[in-house]
Amino acid sequence: MVENRRILGIMSHLVLILGVIMVALPIWITFVASTHDAVRMTQAPIPMLPGTHFFENFKQTLFGAGLSGSEGAPVWRMLLNSMAMALMIAFGKIAISLLSAFAIVYFKFPFRMGFFWMIFITLMLPVEVRILPTFEVVANLGMLNSYWGLSIPLIASATATFMLRQVFLTIPDEMLESARIDGAGPLRFFWDILIPLSRTNIAALFVILFIYGWNQYLWPLLITTDTDMTTIVMSIKQMLEAAEQSPQWNIIMMTALLAMIPPVFVVVGMQRLFVQGLTETDK
Amino acid sequence: MLKRVHFPTSALPYLLVAPQIIITLIFFIWPASQAVYQSFLIEDAFGLSTEFVWFENFQILFEDSQYLETFWRTIVFSAAVAVLSMGSALILAAFADRVVRGATTYRTLLIWPYAVAPVLAGALWVFMFNPTLGIFPYILEFIGIDWNHYLNGGQAMTLVIFAAAWKQIAYNFLFYLAAMQSIPRSLIEAAAIDGAGPVRRFWDHIFPLISPTTFFLLVINAVYAFFDTFGIIHAVTQGGPANSTTILVYKVFNDGFVGLDLGGSAAQSVILMILVIAMTVVQFRYVERKVEY
Repeated sequence: MVENRRILGIMSHLVLILGVIMVALPIWITFVASTHDAVRMTQAPIPMLPGTHFFENFKQTLFGAGLSGSEGAPVWRMLLNSMAMALMIAFGKIAISLLSAFAIVYFKFPFRMGFFWMIFITLMLPVEVRILPTFEVVANLGMLNSYWGLSIPLIASATATFMLRQVFLTIPDEMLESARIDGAGPLRFFWDILIPLSRTNIAALFVILFIYGWNQYLWPLLITTDTDMTTIVMSIKQMLEAAEQSPQWNIIMMTALLAMIPPVFVVVGMQRLFVQGLTETDK
Repeated sequence: MLKRVHFPTSALPYLLVAPQIIITLIFFIWPASQAVYQSFLIEDAFGLSTEFVWFENFQILFEDSQYLETFWRTIVFSAAVAVLSMGSALILAAFADRVVRGATTYRTLLIWPYAVAPVLAGALWVFMFNPTLGIFPYILEFIGIDWNHYLNGGQAMTLVIFAAAWKQIAYNFLFYLAAMQSIPRSLIEAAAIDGAGPVRRFWDHIFPLISPTTFFLLVINAVYAFFDTFGIIHAVTQGGPANSTTILVYKVFNDGFVGLDLGGSAAQSVILMILVIAMTVVQFRYVERKVEY
């Protein structure tokens, strides 16, 4: 701090607290809604303080029928689907990006730069701009309504490849020289030296990619028609539609809460890695 | 780019890049080229025959007043989201940078909306603004505003802008705070010795020094508002009422999957592709080069 002015210090805290309240308010309201019974949640104004039905709602949402009258999959099943999809996307992206970054940095071979640019192009083709034809490809391959269909088409990753490439480039050449003197082949070097050396970067990447995978919406919406394959994030939309006939906001908001807990937990719990991952992948 | 010391040529590197390249070819490059090809075709009303028509689909789009309105609306929407979320993030970061104790606590409390999926953000905001139950319509009634985003297009747009900006504050805050904390303290101290007060120091020193970050965030926010807000719009308004919140991405989805207009949807995809390419080029060419002081 340059100068010490009491008023300014107090003002800073006030503004920040106001900011925190602004940012947290939607989540607080969600939490409060998930602690009341259905009847209370149909009376305006809705409560601003938590009620006593949290565990009841929790049990009904997670293991019960969830929203009564809906024919969706149980919520625990949807959480499982989301978890499988998020993990497959995160690990898949990291695995194939490690391999291609290794090839591009440590080997000299024809079309090396061609491959590099081909990977770069994926950055310019988000799902949103090629919805229909990608859907057709996946349908023709028979991957609709499967975990493979949910994850594989999303695991090509230019950002992960770039980031790992940067990391590999900072590893001193002497590492490879000494490894070769000791008789290590390329795969041995990759597995025993390169991966351990880039461990924190991989972890940081994982945090970002897990959130990316968990929060996918448009893609699962297109390729899953089977209710057993619904992800938790998708289900919110269906519940909102159902809410127009029979509002059960306590259950809907409990589902929303369950849908955001895993990624929020990852961000808050692994904050340092999260910040590192975010700033490294986007630059 | 390549290590000075590297392995000799063999079949191995091809095997290593194969998974990434195969997925890129099958799920990215092939569909994208299909979209380009389809954008030159028009199917007859029964889907029996297709005709190669060059740029007619594009011509139809740019003569369609509805499409042009959507284009304009997307720009207004993106600008509003960027200004609102970058503005609030900048203010919060400026104060967080001043705070000595508790800066990390504030950071923890401010960054987690990043982890909330856009469609969930939409659900939270639609609940808060539910015309019969929501807390905000209830408060707004006291000052004489009748809130119903199911009927009022302007209110629907305001709601999706709030939801989209809310989610993005975390990201912008993080980058602004990091940028401010990397400014050398001696610079700010020197300005203070010369008699510059906190406000003056912010506008004359801190703000210009973090301009590369502002520029970078501008591109990132534009990309976010153009493409990642699909979930918010799908959950909150479904493009309504009367198309008042239909943005480009939503229209591609709607015309393709609901309207089944293949040629038109493909042409829209191609236009979006050109936009993403332009934004990526701007990001890599100009943002990387860092603004000079």
